Amino acid sequence: MSTDIVSDRPTSNPRSYRWRVVDIVVASVLAVAAGLVFVLWNIASNPIGAPLGAALPGLQALLGGGWLFAGVLTALVIRKPGAALYGEMVAATVSALVGNQWGVLTLESGLVQGLAAELVFAVFLYRAWNLPVAVLSGAVAGLGLAINDLILWYPGSAATFSAIYVTSAIVSGALIAGALSWFVVRGLAKTGALSRFPSGRVGSQPNLAR
Amino acid sequence: MSAPPSPGGGVAVSAQGWQWRHAGRAQWALRGLDLAIEPGERVLLLGASGSGKSTLLQGLAGLLDSNEDGDETGRLLVDGAPPARRRSRIGMVLQNPDSQVILSRVGDDVAFGMENFNVERAAIWPRVRRALAAVGLDLPLSRETSALSGGQQQRLALAGVIAMNPGLILLDEPTANLDPAGVVEVRDAVAAAAASTGATLVVVEHRTAVWLPVVDRVIVLGDDGRVVADGPPEDTLGRQRDMLQRAGVWVPGAELPAITRRHAPGARLLEAANLSVGYRADDGSHDLTFDVDRGAVTVVTGPNGTGKSALALTLGGLLPPRGGTLTADETFAPAPRRRSPVEWKSRELLTRIGSVFQNPEHQFLTATVRDELALGPRALKKDDAAVADTCDALLDRLRLAHVADVNPYTLSGGEQRRLSVATVLATAPGLIILDEPTFGQDRNTWAELVRMLAEIADDGAAVVAITHDLDFAGLLADQRVDLGAWHAETAADTPW
Amino acid sequence: MVSVAGVAAPTWLTGVNPVAKLAAALVIAVGLVLSVDWVSALTALVLEFALLMALRVPLRVMVTRAAMVTFAAALTALTILLYGESRGVVHWHFLLITVSDGSITLAVATFLRVLAIALPSVLLFVDTEPTELADGLGQVLRLPARFVLGALAGVRLVGLLGQDWRYLGYARRARGVADQGRVKRAAGQAFALLVSAIRRGSTLATAMEARGFGAHPTRTWARPSPFGGREVALICAAFVVVAVAVATSVGTGHWNFVATR
Repeated sequence: MSTDIVSDRPTSNPRSYRWRVVDIVVASVLAVAAGLVFVLWNIASNPIGAPLGAALPGLQALLGGGWLFAGVLTALVIRKPGAALYGEMVAATVSALVGNQWGVLTLESGLVQGLAAELVFAVFLYRAWNLPVAVLSGAVAGLGLAINDLILWYPGSAATFSAIYVTSAIVSGALIAGALSWFVVRGLAKTGALSRFPSGRVGSQPNLAR
Repeated sequence: MSAPPSPGGGVAVSAQGWQWRHAGRAQWALRGLDLAIEPGERVLLLGASGSGKSTLLQGLAGLLDSNEDGDETGRLLVDGAPPARRRSRIGMVLQNPDSQVILSRVGDDVAFGMENFNVERAAIWPRVRRALAAVGLDLPLSRETSALSGGQQQRLALAGVIAMNPGLILLDEPTANLDPAGVVEVRDAVAAAAASTGATLVVVEHRTAVWLPVVDRVIVLGDDGRVVADGPPEDTLGRQRDMLQRAGVWVPGAELPAITRRHAPGARLLEAANLSVGYRADDGSHDLTFDVDRGAVTVVTGPNGTGKSALALTLGGLLPPRGGTLTADETFAPAPRRRSPVEWKSRELLTRIGSVFQNPEHQFLTATVRDELALGPRALKKDDAAVADTCDALLDRLRLAHVADVNPYTLSGGEQRRLSVATVLATAPGLIILDEPTFGQDRNTWAELVRMLAEIADDGAAVVAITHDLDFAGLLADQRVDLGAWHAETAADTPW
Repeated sequence: MVSVAGVAAPTWLTGVNPVAKLAAALVIAVGLVLSVDWVSALTALVLEFALLMALRVPLRVMVTRAAMVTFAAALTALTILLYGESRGVVHWHFLLITVSDGSITLAVATFLRVLAIALPSVLLFVDTEPTELADGLGQVLRLPARFVLGALAGVRLVGLLGQDWRYLGYARRARGVADQGRVKRAAGQAFALLVSAIRRGSTLATAMEARGFGAHPTRTWARPSPFGGREVALICAAFVVVAVAVATSVGTGHWNFVATR
């Protein structure tokens, strides 16, 4: 039987939007790990947020990025529609189940924040996964967090407070959730841990030992 | 369009010019594979690392999706159809025991496969009990899976596969990470499973002596992924003996490498007196008294769960002793008042005791191989020229020069093991402790490691090795410490 | 979530479907979040305590879990006290801080509100098994099974990473870098743990697929997830709590719809 002529260059496969099992499991692992970080962040945000808020009211939203990175990180690794929303929601669920001061409404926060991050990736048709897009996604998620918090948890705040809160949340989202996540994913790709994902193959070496 | 699936018993497997390339790679893993396996046959698949054996098994299991995972040409058929359409009749057991456990309770884990194939709830639980009985796991269904030993977890995975009533059972190095007792348990369970289901069996392993009683055909793949030999076991092994040995397969009856040692025991480094070890403060019921001397190799053996890893960590100064004492000699300790390794600072440990863990990946701290080697010397504040010299010397000695700038996580298993030993040698410690250094190694890496450790001991270091491997112990041990009831077997009785 | 070590004998709540618990907590949360006033929050709190006592949730558990929530609630209230919209008599003014009648009332209301919303969530989930929750989400709510079970497997995997974390710590001590630079080292250790988690996740995904996960569009469930009278009763109780709280608040004229602020 003659073999077909095969090229030695890897072909690029048509993009599929359906989630494989490995996408689901690894997204879950990332999101659950992020959820545990949320739990720690919940605890740490109280002693750190209070002096920040005392210095400049609204500045405590600078910590917001710590609750936003789940969605962006998951989306950057998995690169499929719904990844940001899934990551943020599962992380929020873990945080809610362990227990915090927002209770079940943590899920609602996760939904809003996840949708916001997802929106940015959707606007780029799930084809752009570079640093600027990641930063933008984090920033928009920050905006979502700020609006959600101001309506539900800080109703009746002065205008200055609200303005500072929103700005801090956007900056925090952009830096912690956006930029930091992007660099973490790049580091992960270099270790070869993401070899089953498109995020792990950009610029990878052709003849890995396994 | 394809034939309907056969109702029970084994299924036929056939490959017709099958080729596969993983996404993102330039090289094809398998080229032009032609193969035909009859229903109910039991096949042992051999070949060097990188010859595509795991890829073939994954293809047969229907796990390779040519849209996302790579490129495919030719055909692979199970029971007359592509494997993706016969998944209910194919089950696979992987290498790592704890990475295959899916749910937290024994019964739930076994039931998982049947749930995926729409088996009625009423039919599931009787089949769960039958499958557990078939592999010899006599456990309550609510037992926590994380509390099982490696051999038990592998048998649990096998039970999960049997419960699906498969026609094809695939096993990818199922005994590589198990102790000798576990190896035999799993081998017997697989033999019983094949007998009771009549399924076709394809096993990938490099310990052939264990599997010869079970299989009736041996297929050897060459480096380029094509079939090099195919036939009855003794015949094929005999004809391909040299090629297989070069590829690192443990061919039965092969001699062990000859190791000559310069037995010149040197200064005493550590003394253990009535030592008891454990992970938690109330653990530990040992009473160990032994010495660790330069130039001598101490081998620690014992069944699972007796605290061998805890002993390695305690000797390495990473866990405190739970009872008794562990004292360093005056010349070895950094300060006369601090004679117990657990009291030493991290930098003091670096030049005195080096620890090599069972999983090399736990010890990677940097992004390139060269940086890994340089980490220790740099922590000692050596100047750049000295650091560079040390690194280059080690890269050459351990044959890692060609991967000097590569990320450690992307190295092969054997290279990772060499790297973890090299990083320890970079700071020339007096004592080197290794936890299961030969786990899952093929014959070539095994022989290399044995020679290297003999050399290290002869150079004046003390070596302590925790191991199940009796051949290793036979070749190197100057002193044996046994943690618990362990009936020593001679080298002739061991399965490999 | 996973059983807190030392939780006493199973209570009425233990056998209830986790989905019902989730629904009950959600009903209370949504009902109470709509208004910021101390009457509805206090009424709800009182009723919740009564309910939890009736369900015989151990007091010790209630107190320990409630402690953290109370602390967090206090901090949130403090923020409102100092920076809330000022109304009525101003008691203290310093830079951007304005403590007034309005902000005091709001702070008290916020404190009670956070407690009333968070406590049921925390306490209802005190002894939920993740596997049972997954069964419930897949069978009762009919969420896509692949995602529910994939998430369950992920949860289980993360729980096993403790040993990896310890070994990563030992490695750093053995390699001579554990004497200083704790924050940088912790970040590196966390990254290594993430790598380990992803690799294990990838292998687990292969193992799940090797047992046919995702092969068929439908699946059966080996463990039933009953949703019967007890579950409905719990959800009704939650509605009652919310209804009474809201009615009391509207009746006494304290209702303060959140969106009109």
